[in-house]
Amino acid sequence: MSDDVVLVRADGVRKKFCRSLKRSLWYGMQDMVGEVFGNSNHDQLRAGEFWAVNDVSFELRRGECLGLIGRNGAGKTTLLKMLNGLIKPDHGRIEMRGRVGALIALGAGFNPILTGRENIFVNGSVLGLSKREIDQKLEEIIDFADIQDFIDSPVRSYSSGMQVRLGFAVATAMEPDVLLLDEVLAVGDANFRSKCFQRIGTILERCAVIFVSHDAYSVRRICNEVLWLRKGQPVFQGATEKGMQLYSEDPSDVAESESLLIVGDYIHNLTYHADIKEWPVRGNETAVDINIKITFDSDKEMQLGLGMANIVAAEAVVGQSILDECVKPIQVGKNIWDFSIRNVNLAKGNYSLVIGIYEIGNKRVAMNIRNSIKFSVKGNNRYGPLYAPIAYPGFASTSTSIDSKR
Amino acid sequence: MSKSIVQAEDLSQEYRSGVQESQDVTFSESLPVLQPSKMTDLPFTIYTPESPLRHPGRLLREMFRDLVASRELAWRLFIRDISALYRQSILGYIWAFLPAIATTLAFTYLNSQNVLRVGDTSIPYPAFVMVGTLLWQTFVDALNSPLKVVQSAKDMLVKINFPREALILGGIAEVLFNALIRITLLIPVFLYYRVPFSGTMAWASIGILALILLGLAFGMLITPLGMLYGDVGRGVIMISGFWMLLTPVVYPIPKVGTAALLAQWNPVSPVLQTSREWLTGQSLTHIDGFFTVSFAALAALFLTWILFRLSMPIIIERMGG
Repeated sequence: MSDDVVLVRADGVRKKFCRSLKRSLWYGMQDMVGEVFGNSNHDQLRAGEFWAVNDVSFELRRGECLGLIGRNGAGKTTLLKMLNGLIKPDHGRIEMRGRVGALIALGAGFNPILTGRENIFVNGSVLGLSKREIDQKLEEIIDFADIQDFIDSPVRSYSSGMQVRLGFAVATAMEPDVLLLDEVLAVGDANFRSKCFQRIGTILERCAVIFVSHDAYSVRRICNEVLWLRKGQPVFQGATEKGMQLYSEDPSDVAESESLLIVGDYIHNLTYHADIKEWPVRGNETAVDINIKITFDSDKEMQLGLGMANIVAAEAVVGQSILDECVKPIQVGKNIWDFSIRNVNLAKGNYSLVIGIYEIGNKRVAMNIRNSIKFSVKGNNRYGPLYAPIAYPGFASTSTSIDSKR
Repeated sequence: MSKSIVQAEDLSQEYRSGVQESQDVTFSESLPVLQPSKMTDLPFTIYTPESPLRHPGRLLREMFRDLVASRELAWRLFIRDISALYRQSILGYIWAFLPAIATTLAFTYLNSQNVLRVGDTSIPYPAFVMVGTLLWQTFVDALNSPLKVVQSAKDMLVKINFPREALILGGIAEVLFNALIRITLLIPVFLYYRVPFSGTMAWASIGILALILLGLAFGMLITPLGMLYGDVGRGVIMISGFWMLLTPVVYPIPKVGTAALLAQWNPVSPVLQTSREWLTGQSLTHIDGFFTVSFAALAALFLTWILFRLSMPIIIERMGG
């Protein structure tokens, strides 16, 4: 399917961004005036601005797929918007050849009052399909979205899942030469999701694709090249496997969310220390031992309810230890908690530990330590599960144990 | 020849299996066989930071290409909007002329009580006011249309690249549609007040188009700023109320005083006046002004269209999403 025509070429592309809304609007005004009188200075940063995308270059041919990776706010979506022609680059040049499809906004232009059938035509037109193309594909779209019974009811009577399905079916009915794909795969129920993957798979074969995802597994599977952005700056560009490896080992790219410490108002001087050790089990298989010490002063006694330590990767909990037996009621004065979680078999990657301890009744938070204890695991190169017991006698996860001392 | 085709197939096979060492495969004359012929006529777009004004030729070509490309989408959006409007409303299309009826009643009442002294009108005063307000409404409709349609398409604009002209065209279609409904209302009004139907009524369609053109030119001018700052939208509502009273809508064009001067410099006056004269079969008093303003409006609309195109990426950037 591949040929040597470059469908996407980005050359030294940059884009400025401004966080303050008031300023941003004012700069917008200036830019408009500059655009009309041809005296805008795109290369200079004004007060409060920074480069949201800084010096990105790449080429893409049919059948190739570039994965954009990086934390939230790294500039991936801004880059996609420039490729899609929604906003202009502030520096450099973008060339797009062929029909550009974007699986970014599903169901854009849907009017809730109109029927599904009417909305297919509107949405299809917005995405650039001609009436003839839509007519040809109407049945296919309805079948794919699996909403035959509802097609002549207003879209607002649809469940959110049905709306997304219809949006996806229309968006993928188009046959683009260049496809911009922004993490829309995780829609609908399991059955529909698998249909989505199949459909995208067939599109991938005949397009040049730019794929934004946080799912390392999909990126590894689909992309033959990755571009890793950090604060708009390209950090790595090249072979997927190498890029994903570097990315997964980079501690500054671990947690997606801010670290957060929530404690009851009677708790003071809280300190915590986590000691995390990874030790070899067999080959490149490893296990992790986590020792945590929390000390604090309390003004009052408090009975506790649930307590848990969650191991989190990419916003998802991959492992959990219930700490009920480790944390004893809070006493007036100094409290020291000491506990350990042993023999955790995590896949290679970056994790953070979230500790949540609740007052009796489990409604109020006594203590929540979030995203501040980070660690990375070097061994256990797996595809898929992040937490799995190592098949080795004596080291299955069932042997994970918790000790507590006070 | 057949041998070289096989070679080319090998190349694609290798590619599929992820082998990237294609250097040792000779590119022979078979390559064009693999290349789909449509490759050459794929649309090609370049995005650079430069202002499109630096390449006026390209800008013009793109403007007209997008205008042509947006017809179908504009039609869809128009159908979507009016059918949705109709479905969630009891009065539906009646809203196109209800405000005009209210205004007519108010001014007819004020005039009959001698609170206002409008003076002689060529046709019965209620019919005069009705014609004036319906024409004015069409102008205001056109004035508000661009900002309204762009604002309501915000979610689409920040995510999908489609010819933006479609929004404007769809808006124009809606303005025309409403104008058509209003004109039909005039038939019973004319019958009731015994205003004679004259042959010049056909000309009125040109007058109405000119009014729409003028409104659009103003509307397109304020749209870029109005998308950034909410003040603009509010200001327009306020000003258009005020503007109506300064325009000979509910009274004939004054001959003396400040009002006469204002009417002379108000670009809507000659267009509205001439349209009304055509509709009611009167002799034309401001035809020169009408043509001057109409051509100026046409030129202004073209310039504001360019402004609109230049500002869209900047607006989208600032709207985020």
